[in-house]
Amino acid sequence: MEVIDLAWWKLGLAALLVLALAATGYLARLGVTRSLLIAALRTVIQLALIGLVLEALFASSEFYWIALLALVMLMVAGREVVARQGRRLRGWWAFSIGTSAMFVSSFTVTVLALTVVIGPEPWYAPQYAIPLLGMMLGNTMTGVSLALDRLNESVWRQRAVIENRLMLGQTWQQAMEDIRREAMRSGMMPSINAMAAAGIVSLPGMMTGQILAGSPPAVAVKYQILVMLIITVGTGFGALMAVSWGGRKLFDDRERLRLDRLVKP
Amino acid sequence: MLESLSVGTLNNLSLTVPSGQVLCISGPSGSGKSRLLRAVADLEPHGGRVSLGDTAQFDVAAHTWRSRVVMVPADSQWWFDDVGGHFSGDSASRLPSALGFPPGVMGWSVSRLSSGERQRLALWRALAVQPEALLLDEPTANLDNDSTEVIETWLLDEIRRRQIAVLWVAHDPAQIHRVADAHYRILGTRLERDHGSD
Repeated sequence: MEVIDLAWWKLGLAALLVLALAATGYLARLGVTRSLLIAALRTVIQLALIGLVLEALFASSEFYWIALLALVMLMVAGREVVARQGRRLRGWWAFSIGTSAMFVSSFTVTVLALTVVIGPEPWYAPQYAIPLLGMMLGNTMTGVSLALDRLNESVWRQRAVIENRLMLGQTWQQAMEDIRREAMRSGMMPSINAMAAAGIVSLPGMMTGQILAGSPPAVAVKYQILVMLIITVGTGFGALMAVSWGGRKLFDDRERLRLDRLVKP
Repeated sequence: MLESLSVGTLNNLSLTVPSGQVLCISGPSGSGKSRLLRAVADLEPHGGRVSLGDTAQFDVAAHTWRSRVVMVPADSQWWFDDVGGHFSGDSASRLPSALGFPPGVMGWSVSRLSSGERQRLALWRALAVQPEALLLDEPTANLDNDSTEVIETWLLDEIRRRQIAVLWVAHDPAQIHRVADAHYRILGTRLERDHGSD
């Protein structure tokens, strides 16, 4: 089965619809016109650029180019995790905790899936490595930023409870017990919900794309199952690391709650 | 117990509280009474040395220190839904009758408690940790006069019997007169002993 290529002018039709929506929004004074147009423009530019990058990358298949792209993706994801936290740790801590948690979990799981489960030749073949890593990083980023945001916000709100628990001789882990549980829950909820709804409520994007590109549904489904499972694993371990490192930094070596280490941008 | 302690605006304080005795601290609001207690409990960065008998604060893990030197804040916090969850082991069943609670209180929901009831339960919660020193931040602020005196009597009795060293922040001169073995006032950055109420 041949894939139907899309002509650029046909995408223009879809863009016209966005313009129509923007015009309606402007006339109805909904106040979303500006952000809608900017976001649409960003989508077009970013995806067109990554298309060029991927074309070049697939042609060369050099390991260091792939590693460089992976590094850029990680740094951007790290920046995004920082930006999504209402209150964050002072200085470089917010960035380094989020980025290391994402690095350890999503890179490990992606490499494991590539070498053990899928097994392309070479294992870093960009057709497999980059899309897989992209999906892992995107979801881990959401999980890590939700978990850290919840952690910092709950600690800020419940400072009196935490300190009262410390006053009764509890360790910082005991005093943070409930908050860690909540933060883990909010970090993992999106992937758990996605797994529960998959196939019934929603057809996941990757599977849809593969089917549109001509893969037999049975193969697409297997890839989708693999991806959803490893995404959940990556998100879970990422959130776990972020919450335990982030929690540790909220206390000093005398187990004092140090809210002065949190800043609100 | 305290040696040249500095925290916030307070500087170079030295105090000793013998076990089984109550040392009252008073001072205008904002003078740093609560911060002083927090420094002794090691909840806030501070200068100087604090020790309990032969044990210096930094010689033991922070949570070990705080289970021996227990602080009761002015507004106690409750994090489980029911009262009983905050009391471990048999401390729930040994709730002293002097506190004036019916037997079923451990099954109550925390939201049902008045602020005075919370304060009285918080005192028992702290004593149940078996502390060697207690740091009380206005422990009777939400109680009416009658129950204040009942609680004072019960607390002093426990303090003498268990030989606990107590730092007690208070503002009511009558209360200080009733409970204090020694009384210090915060004056600016210093503590000054008040001999009138011994």
